[in-house]
Amino acid sequence: RFPVRSLGETSRLRFLIGPAASGSWWTEVQMGPPDPILGVTEAYKRDTNSKKMNLGVGAYRDDNGKPYVLSCVRKAEALITSKMLDKEYMPIGGLGDFNKACAELALGPDSEVLKSKRSITVQTISGTGSLRIGANFLTRFHTVARDVYLPKPSWGNHTPIFRDAGMQLKAYRYYDPATCGFDFTGALDDISKIPEHSVIMLHACAHNPTGVDPRPEQWKELSAVIKKRKLLVFFDMAYQGFASGDIDRDAWAVRYFIEQGHNVLLSQSFAKNMGLYGERVGGFTVVCADAEEAKRVESQLKILIRPIYSNPPMNGARIASTILSTPELRSTWLEEVKGMADRIIKMREMLVTNLKKEGSTHNWQHVIDQIGMFCFTGLKPEQVERLTKEFSVYMTKDGRISVAGVTSGNVGYLAHAIHQVTK
Amino acid sequence: MSLLCHMTESILYSWWTEVQMGPPDPILGVTEAFKRDTNPKKMNLGVGAYRDDQGKPFVLSCVRKAEAQIAAKKLDKEYLPIGGLAEFSKACAQLALGPDNEVLKSGRNITVQTISGTGSLRVGANFVSRFHNASRDVYLPKPSWGNHTPIFRDAGMQLKAYSYYDPKTCGFDFKGALDDISKIPEKSVIVLHACAHNPTGVDPRPEQWKEMAALIKKRNLLVFFDMAYQGFASGDIDRDAWAVRYFIEQGHNVLLSQSFAKNMGLYGERVGGFTVVCKDAEEAKRVESQLKILIRPIYSNPPMNGARIASTILNTPELYKEWLVEVKDMADRIIKMREMLVSNLKKEGSTQNWQHVTDQIGMFCFTGLKPEQVERLIKEFSIYMTKDGRISVAGVTSANVGYLAHAIHAVTK
Repeated sequence: RFPVRSLGETSRLRFLIGPAASGSWWTEVQMGPPDPILGVTEAYKRDTNSKKMNLGVGAYRDDNGKPYVLSCVRKAEALITSKMLDKEYMPIGGLGDFNKACAELALGPDSEVLKSKRSITVQTISGTGSLRIGANFLTRFHTVARDVYLPKPSWGNHTPIFRDAGMQLKAYRYYDPATCGFDFTGALDDISKIPEHSVIMLHACAHNPTGVDPRPEQWKELSAVIKKRKLLVFFDMAYQGFASGDIDRDAWAVRYFIEQGHNVLLSQSFAKNMGLYGERVGGFTVVCADAEEAKRVESQLKILIRPIYSNPPMNGARIASTILSTPELRSTWLEEVKGMADRIIKMREMLVTNLKKEGSTHNWQHVIDQIGMFCFTGLKPEQVERLTKEFSVYMTKDGRISVAGVTSGNVGYLAHAIHQVTK
Repeated sequence: MSLLCHMTESILYSWWTEVQMGPPDPILGVTEAFKRDTNPKKMNLGVGAYRDDQGKPFVLSCVRKAEAQIAAKKLDKEYLPIGGLAEFSKACAQLALGPDNEVLKSGRNITVQTISGTGSLRVGANFVSRFHNASRDVYLPKPSWGNHTPIFRDAGMQLKAYSYYDPKTCGFDFKGALDDISKIPEKSVIVLHACAHNPTGVDPRPEQWKEMAALIKKRNLLVFFDMAYQGFASGDIDRDAWAVRYFIEQGHNVLLSQSFAKNMGLYGERVGGFTVVCKDAEEAKRVESQLKILIRPIYSNPPMNGARIASTILNTPELYKEWLVEVKDMADRIIKMREMLVSNLKKEGSTQNWQHVTDQIGMFCFTGLKPEQVERLIKEFSIYMTKDGRISVAGVTSANVGYLAHAIHAVTK
């Protein structure tokens, strides 16, 4: 027997109170700040006004305001179920068929990168998981620079993703509140001063949160100055197909940059364009100098991923892979994603038409010029507050609305409310 | 900084010239060699997943039923909350702690859905790294699951170890463990495998757990339980969770990682939970808020499919009963293979002491075979295992256990 002091004998057990010790390890842990977007949704839920609108929602809604599961997804699920597949672990880098289809979707099936096998694509936990893997990879292997330059503004989660991974956050001008458009001059100016080898994050299409995208000729100039500055490009493409309705058009900037010689990092998400939100489907790609480098990078990605989650979830990747590689499902998907994009575009147009009908004399062109799920209305915080309090129209304080929350049934009410607070 | 520039029509920069090829994965190497082998009698005993008596992957029938129920509901695919599916997290905590546990009644735990066991451990490691400022050290048993080390290291903790496995007995080095634990600096983190220790299969007995609990409390250590095999070890979910529940009763406010990969066969669906047992409900709320802040920039919210399946099983009485039967069957088959291996070794005429094969518990067995013997098993008999002599008992079937015994006897006589 080994002498072990019984409870209570030692004075170090000062946490011993009653039959069980109630030591607290987490006394110093502070309550975290409330999530701003969650706050919007909670206030919306409490509101009893029958005309209430939730324009904070970051997920697509159909014209009845309901969540939408794509029919190609349901069909893919039925196909998968009928195969009675097992549930064995995926490889660390995920489902091979998915990775291949994911890369082809982004780069185009005839991409020289794919032919020469000089890229590595791994399945990730949607867009966030992809960005974080990329951020961790940069911290570990891009030792020449610690700085990541985000557009101003950018998706809120970009900042903690890169910061928690160990990078430093910086910014380049992007949104021009004076025009509710792209601050092209400001962006070029800032980018021309970014130290060499820094990482620059670009939203491939449907910039979140502003909806403001560069035009092709602007992308070309951006590409040239970024190449001149020798920056490492990290594309975030969360809306391919969902922005314009055309998957090739939405991927144009990514493909152009690659053609111009940028060996980019790329995050893809299938949350919105396939409606696979909670299934967590995404990809992370590193375009390398050659196939040999791609192999080395792949080995290190696996070493990085294994102690985060070992291997990715199978279900969503099987669905996405089935859709992308089954011709009828793929064409159904292309129609459905265009359907979603078209509805969003239509709501933008109807909002502007209705604002004009209300008698608004403001320039609302930006509502139609902007693209994707979100719209930076240009509304000021006081106006947003009035919209919430007087009309039960909920959005984030920066005036961002999710166009997905607009329907033909409520667009008139929205226009009326916006006119009231801006006239 | 060397940038490799090819001046052609496009300038190709190589950002990753300095990135080295990583070392090959040892277990993967075993499987690849196995695949290349043309010997019809070959056996893959490296596999870390359950196999039925035909050597095939096994999807539980309660899982198939749960899937059918879920499909019929035509649910949407909206994002789960950051902390996951609430009905899952609740049932997950109840499974571990027991439904009448005082911790659950007082609401002083926070349980979040995670990406299986690995995801749970990493969230825990990140949480400890960020908020457990009193110590940077995590003590693992020697040996432990290989992935524990990079999980805690990449999260920013320092790895240390306490004695655990005794190669002389192929059993628990109780004296060595107590001795090492008694010297661990206060407030360090200590990882304990709740049941079916991986890779050795060696678990403390209840009276040994009791002494460890007392000593760990005396040393004022932060306990982190890894429970990847609840139900899968002994066939009894309460028995397998006994150590976790005992420690909590004794006042340890533990961290706990759970996995449903093995006990529900949900491997690739990635279903798990991470629990922090707090002082009270108020502390649990603060901890919850910080867990969400930590999780959001890693993957935003967890995958829905597997959690829906597990939740359906745990919350539907007939499915839950069926699951208990199926997990017991899996555990029983493993136990039977252990017994058959030992009786076959005796039949072969082996005079070695193979008691540890039946004493050890769970998926894995530390045979005690030496590297040279393992090498012979691979080369002469096409029986594949890791160099440390660990076999996955799940890869043993009634059809091949005789061959395995014959081979092991041949290299150890």
